[in-house]
Amino acid sequence: MKTEMLYFDHSASTPIHSKVLETVCEVMKLHYANAASLHRAGTEAMKLVDRARSVIAAGFGAKPEEVVFTSGGTESNNLALKGIWGALGRKARHMVVSTVEHPSVYQCARQLEQSGVEVTWVPVGADGRVRVEDVIGAVRDDTALVSVMHVNNEMGAVQPIREIGAALARFPHVRFHVDGVQAIGKVPIKFHEWGIHLYSASAHKFRGPKGVGFLLVREGLKLEPQLAGGGQEDGRRSGTHNVPGIVGMAQAFRLATESMPERRERMYRLRRRLLKHIEAIPELVLNGIGDDEERTAPHIVNVSYPGMKPEVLVHMLEKHGVYVSTQSACSSKSQQPSRILTAMGLDEARASGSIRISLGDEHTEEHIDVLADRLKEAVRELKPLERSLS
Amino acid sequence: MKEELILVRFGELTIKGKNRGRFENLMARRIREALAAFPRLEYEKTFGRLFIKLNGEPYRDVANRLKDVFGIVSFSPVVKCRHDLEEIRDAALQVLRGIVPAPRTFKVNARRSWKGFPHKSQEMNHLVGSHVLRNTPELTVNVRQPEAEIKVDIQQEAVYVYAATEQAAGGFPLGMNGKAVLLLSGGIDSPVAGWMSMRKGLEIEAVHFHSYPFTSEQAKEKVIKLAQRLAYYAGHIYLHLVPFTEIQTRLAQTGQEHLIVTLMRRAMLRIAEKLALKRRALAIVTGDSLGQVASQTLSSMNVIGRDTLLPILRPLVMMDKLEIIRIAEKIGTYDISILPYEDCCTLFVPKNPATNPSLRVVKNIEKQIGEEYERLIDEAVAGTELIRLTETSRSDAAEDETDKWF
Repeated sequence: MKTEMLYFDHSASTPIHSKVLETVCEVMKLHYANAASLHRAGTEAMKLVDRARSVIAAGFGAKPEEVVFTSGGTESNNLALKGIWGALGRKARHMVVSTVEHPSVYQCARQLEQSGVEVTWVPVGADGRVRVEDVIGAVRDDTALVSVMHVNNEMGAVQPIREIGAALARFPHVRFHVDGVQAIGKVPIKFHEWGIHLYSASAHKFRGPKGVGFLLVREGLKLEPQLAGGGQEDGRRSGTHNVPGIVGMAQAFRLATESMPERRERMYRLRRRLLKHIEAIPELVLNGIGDDEERTAPHIVNVSYPGMKPEVLVHMLEKHGVYVSTQSACSSKSQQPSRILTAMGLDEARASGSIRISLGDEHTEEHIDVLADRLKEAVRELKPLERSLS
Repeated sequence: MKEELILVRFGELTIKGKNRGRFENLMARRIREALAAFPRLEYEKTFGRLFIKLNGEPYRDVANRLKDVFGIVSFSPVVKCRHDLEEIRDAALQVLRGIVPAPRTFKVNARRSWKGFPHKSQEMNHLVGSHVLRNTPELTVNVRQPEAEIKVDIQQEAVYVYAATEQAAGGFPLGMNGKAVLLLSGGIDSPVAGWMSMRKGLEIEAVHFHSYPFTSEQAKEKVIKLAQRLAYYAGHIYLHLVPFTEIQTRLAQTGQEHLIVTLMRRAMLRIAEKLALKRRALAIVTGDSLGQVASQTLSSMNVIGRDTLLPILRPLVMMDKLEIIRIAEKIGTYDISILPYEDCCTLFVPKNPATNPSLRVVKNIEKQIGEEYERLIDEAVAGTELIRLTETSRSDAAEDETDKWF
């Protein structure tokens, strides 16, 4: 165990499932034809793409035509937000977005804001969740889109998507986008039933390959394509199909969703164990939700060492073979305090000192105990330096 | 004890005698097959109707599937009660509260079919209506044009309370009226003809002619998709894929450009008839609609169908294109049909095909080809590929090799 790397950064990316790896290799080797080609090799490849589409659609109780393949979560979110806007023209002027969105939603909304769209930013409480009343209260006659993520990538807070969707039913002019990148295989999702119009996902977050994702688009909803080109995906997303990636994603999706009940139970158990260990380390403070499992995803724990630069803690743990993240991987290079934690009302010391520990399928109780030992050790080593490093 | 059920009403009530029992048994079987995805359902047959006990299965999903089962005229979600006034009153209130949007006016329509029940129909209207009124502010009675009508059906075995009735496909249960082959092109009409035939209780086997390499692999895939859509209604469907290239190129070489369509259609019917006899089907269904294209004028139909012995059924013959399109949209074949792949019927088609072909000339051309004609027909029949399709699966093997990837 000592020399083994202990990877606790599954919210950033997951190890590919061995079956999926095999599938991707085989499909990449055998089905190299362009899925849009007319000949048999092309149609065989397109059949695989269509079958993958059906597998993913079935998992959501959606129609195959409601699945658009993309290059991942960032593209799905961009296509959802900008695509809706492009298709609407001048009829709508306003959108509602939570303050804790992933940068690919947050920055998109910022760009739209600069091009004249009005955005109402909905705050979150100390638990990292928006209140349904706040979201609904922000809706106006000219609101075109509400965008709220399903599971927050830094905190693991589960947003009240079902309740927001139900309340939005009263506003037929409003489309509801949900960034579900952290949710697949971790929390239950009902696409149509919850009144969702657009749902984003990324394969490498659920043990699929990188560079592929999808956006569910409710039937009849028009999107302006963000890439000009050959008109693939029914004109909604041009670009040659990533056949091995798409097939591998479908398989990873099926594996992830079929094993969800068992995974939830196991990960929540591990999470509770980890929380107990953290409680015993007085220097560390848990951020967000403790063990209220209705409101938090099973795979994310966020802790702060107030007054300590988080990258010092990350590197200290790394020295002991343990990999965790500061903030989200996407924003961890910036020196700013976490936007998410700040939005939750945390002071700067905590907001700029947090690390994120995220769990995966391979973890056992033993791994959690080792992680806790390493944390303790790291804190012990850093304790005398608290002042000079803060 | 109250229970939630679906009351299913059958069509074609004129059927009598032995056929009636056959109808009902087949109907029950088709309903069970269609609803196989809902394992908790229980079925209860009474005279002329069927009750489906939901046992927690979602009504909306069951109803959406039920709508497409042939032979069902309509159905209603009902609450089943004992012969107990309080229970009936509660059920009526429950039913009213389930109506979206909430009605402002209503009436109760009780029917006492079982005379052993202590209250007469008229009395029941008041007894139940007053209870609903008392418990629903802002609701008034309107007996002439109520927004909601609560029906109370008093039978010997139980009392059924309901408000909504949903229309279903109608017709006969599939298979009630024998079997036919359907000429399935990639177009808009033939799938509609297939659906209408199935609604009349005809079991259908689809026949498709492909002229690879003049037609593409996608054209074949498109037809498979169309057949799979029909399989949604039928449970499963057989698709015969006939290699038509040799006949078609041979006919093209006769130099009779304006008659090519007539010649092709005749060859297709010959092949379809042979396949029909092989598969014990007693008719050929086509998507012909009178006057729509050159091959569908009356004199074309005469020449094309003249040498076929089996009846040729043309469900769309008197329908307008727009009506056909409307049905195609409703049954979910339209979007597949408009995919842009050419099928063999649009190949080699001249600018001015004959609208008034001569039977004598056509027969002469076939005679000139001679024995080769019969040989090509027989080869096409022998080379026909048969696949079994369901809404989501297909029996041709290629796909199975890829199963491990999904």
